[in-house]
Amino acid sequence: MIDVRRHNAAFCRDHFLHHCEEQVRRAIASHRMIGPDERVLVAVSGGKDSLALWDLLVRLGYHADGLYLGLGIGEYSDESGTYVRAFASEHGLALHEIDLGTDYGFDVPGAAAATRRAPCGACGLSKRHLFNRAALDGGYDVVATGHNLDDEAAVLLGNVLRWETGYLGRQHPVLPAAPGFARKVKPLVRLGEREMAAYCVLRGIDYQVEECPMAAGNKHLGYKELLNGLEEKSPGSKAAFLFGFIERGHERFAEDADEERAALGECIVCGAPTPVYDDASGSDAGPTCAFCRLRERASVPVTLQAKP
Amino acid sequence: MLLRNPRREIDVAGPITVHALLARLELNPESVLVIVGDELVTRDARLDDTAAVEIRPVISGGAR
Repeated sequence: MIDVRRHNAAFCRDHFLHHCEEQVRRAIASHRMIGPDERVLVAVSGGKDSLALWDLLVRLGYHADGLYLGLGIGEYSDESGTYVRAFASEHGLALHEIDLGTDYGFDVPGAAAATRRAPCGACGLSKRHLFNRAALDGGYDVVATGHNLDDEAAVLLGNVLRWETGYLGRQHPVLPAAPGFARKVKPLVRLGEREMAAYCVLRGIDYQVEECPMAAGNKHLGYKELLNGLEEKSPGSKAAFLFGFIERGHERFAEDADEERAALGECIVCGAPTPVYDDASGSDAGPTCAFCRLRERASVPVTLQAKP
Repeated sequence: MLLRNPRREIDVAGPITVHALLARLELNPESVLVIVGDELVTRDARLDDTAAVEIRPVISGGAR
């Protein structure tokens, strides 16, 4: 049995698994995330959310391949990769792999040290850039990520606390495709973190239970604790906060996000979309994207060259 | 009783409800799964002295 207090319900195994499939089906349908014949690239980390997402998409009949990004975070990354490969092998699914160290000459701990910034920033930047690149290069229609209701509510809280209007305009279960950007979707947005862990336990999916050693103490975890404190006293608060924003708040910030996208040019190194007037790029020849700048600072030794 | 993140084992005298156990450990029920054997249990379940219980955090907070 598992209790889901925001639905005021307790489910047996079979009904809970059906509930998860239904929530994903509804999210995909209501936000028009994935067409029936489209090819999906699932960003898989070895954690509960991304493996559950991969499993659910395949069960719902989608053509979904996986992409695992090796971050170079010691044993944690080694173990995470093992869970992903085992899942892909057991289910006969196609898995692509990129290794930051081998393919790009740096890893997340090295990037954090080189930039003297929180490792989660370098990690998130690398994931966004490389998942998008892989989807475009591989001819995929859409990138699916395992962001769940708790993730999105915590991100929303952080964005509201700082009134990050551009981020608020981009925070949506679907980011449509645009020049240089694949469509990005979050089919788990109607399911909480606890439900995703329960889904994996009940389906027998082995996943990386341990927390990333580099994430300890980050703001995102703090926001989740705050929201869970609220949820315990008032079940349904996280869903009301997030879905109220999506339905009634998001559109008010969309213009800010559109303006940011309209001001993008091409990175002179890799061709990825990047702000044209970005002082941090520091080049007269044109802008360099944040990923290429990170790579240049963090990798030893690498000299980036402009595209001919 | 096995607790994860960080992994450690503790002994707790039973019988005790899941709700009381989590309160004693100062854990928010929203942030964990309680697993007995290979079964998930709800917060009103009673755990006896011999139950092999895993308390598994469900919160992940790194970059996604």
